[in-house]
Amino acid sequence: MEPILLRARGTKNSRSIAAYRSAGGYRAIAKALKMEPAAVIAEVKASGLRGRGGAGFPTGVKWGFVPKDSPKPKYLICNADESEPGTFKDREIIHVDPHMLIEGIAISSHAIGANVAYIYIRGEFHAEALMLEAAIAEAAGAGFLGKNILGSGFDLEVHVHRGAGAYICGEETALIESLEGKRGLPRLKPPFPAVVGLFGCPTVVNNVETLACVPHILERGGAWYAAIGTERSTGPKLFSVSGHVNRPGVYEVAMGVSFREIIDGLCGGVRGGRALKAFIPGGSSCPVLPADKVDIGCDFESVAAAGSMLGSGGLIVMDETVDMVWALENLLTFYAHESCGQCTPCREGSDWALDVVRRIRRGFGRPQDLETLERIARFASQGMTICPLGDAFCEPIKSFLKHFGHEFEAAIAAAQPLPAAKTPVLPLRSGHGWYGS
Amino acid sequence: MMDHARTAPLTVAPPEAVAEVRFDAAMEAQIADVLTRYPNPQAALLPVLWLCQERWGWISTGITRTVATRLGLSPAFIEGVLTFYTMYQLQPPGRYLLQVCSTLSCQLCGTGELVGHLKQRLGIDFGETTPDGRFTLVDVQCLGACGEAPVVQINNDYYTELTVERLDALLDRFE
Repeated sequence: MEPILLRARGTKNSRSIAAYRSAGGYRAIAKALKMEPAAVIAEVKASGLRGRGGAGFPTGVKWGFVPKDSPKPKYLICNADESEPGTFKDREIIHVDPHMLIEGIAISSHAIGANVAYIYIRGEFHAEALMLEAAIAEAAGAGFLGKNILGSGFDLEVHVHRGAGAYICGEETALIESLEGKRGLPRLKPPFPAVVGLFGCPTVVNNVETLACVPHILERGGAWYAAIGTERSTGPKLFSVSGHVNRPGVYEVAMGVSFREIIDGLCGGVRGGRALKAFIPGGSSCPVLPADKVDIGCDFESVAAAGSMLGSGGLIVMDETVDMVWALENLLTFYAHESCGQCTPCREGSDWALDVVRRIRRGFGRPQDLETLERIARFASQGMTICPLGDAFCEPIKSFLKHFGHEFEAAIAAAQPLPAAKTPVLPLRSGHGWYGS
Repeated sequence: MMDHARTAPLTVAPPEAVAEVRFDAAMEAQIADVLTRYPNPQAALLPVLWLCQERWGWISTGITRTVATRLGLSPAFIEGVLTFYTMYQLQPPGRYLLQVCSTLSCQLCGTGELVGHLKQRLGIDFGETTPDGRFTLVDVQCLGACGEAPVVQINNDYYTELTVERLDALLDRFE
């Protein structure tokens, strides 16, 4: 497939507006501003574009939920919080081609009737925030942002807003809370942000990669875009590949190619010539899959049929040397740290599950531990919490036990009995206990 | 592999210098600019806290009180925000804040070895600062650069594809 989102990678000064324009950039905004917003939305609907942040919700449909007759201002937010472990594609877009994103933001803002857009970028991405600010200044200088863009009467201001270190702020309602200057606690839905979002106004939150697709869809047509990929998973997709491969990095493929093609073809196979043991297809909250699923296609439907999720396309590759009890402990450490603390099942469950897995790995597992883990995973997921962070830590638990339960059983079978005098009355927190530490 | 000519040391104000603070004209101008981006002052809280941290290296209770007055918020509300996020420093850090990514992809690619070496070389554990005020070592969750693992963020800069040798060479340069 010809590169689309990463077409400028490797070219000189690719972040400059001159390079972007010489590659045909900012033609789509001129075209879009001559169209009615409804026609822009219809084109994006026709493309079949689905959100690239993790949920895969159809973008044009999401835009259509914004009430047209609302007297309130409307906002577009670009979600550049990119915090899902294993995901680093949005950073790549910003490094390679920030103007593609700016143009996407401008077109999308026109489509939903927003005159102010915010790019919410994770606080750690300091260099990237500066790159975006430089691109915004260049675009405004060239008349693609600001007042009366290209004489169309459409005004748009774009501001970069830095987060300050919180995974949960990638969840759209937590992001909105954070942008309002508060702790990033997810909101109950409904109302959905399209109706009551930022500052109580209709708001659309879209991922960086989603917005970067928009100029191409307007330039070349929804039908062109829909012809790439599979029938229901259209378009190009960026995969962030990390872990035990020879050439990790960001790769652009048409949705539907197999994970084997990505791992063995693009990434040069598993490091050290070792065998593949497992892979997480879409970022750390997606269920892990064993090596024998590597021939499935990398589209939403194929990954779902195999029992996982495409998520954000953060492909984490693990070779035969990985201790899966250790790997689950690492992931649960992340989720226990990042739970916002609002909902009891998630706040308590993530810490509790971490304690149990840590105990197993340190050689003090108990026969009933696996049942305990399964119960936590059942009671903290599927609608028991305000946001999907409950599922995000439960899906790894369920899938690690399903596919690699024998490793947990072996660790428990080899465990020592707990010394009676040291048996804790309450579960220990955060590993500062006595389990061999 | 990203490398930087030199990561600038943080300016870290000693506690007595920020027991009480007043914003000077330059800071007021920056705050005024930030406020134009939002329909209410509360939304400017995170950016204003960033400005303060860039200036003083951390957020003292004195700074919190001044920000509260400036934005019309209560100090308790700001404390709540400060403690929710991980990047605001509530104690004075060392001049170089070593933030080691500890999440899966980095761990698969050798972060454990880096951490062992760092703790030994610096003689400190996570959350501690060397007695000379040069380095603070912290473990952080995924930095979002997993393809270039292992990653350490030093102040604002990412250092990627690190080995013990490269890390040693880096630390030698930092004063």
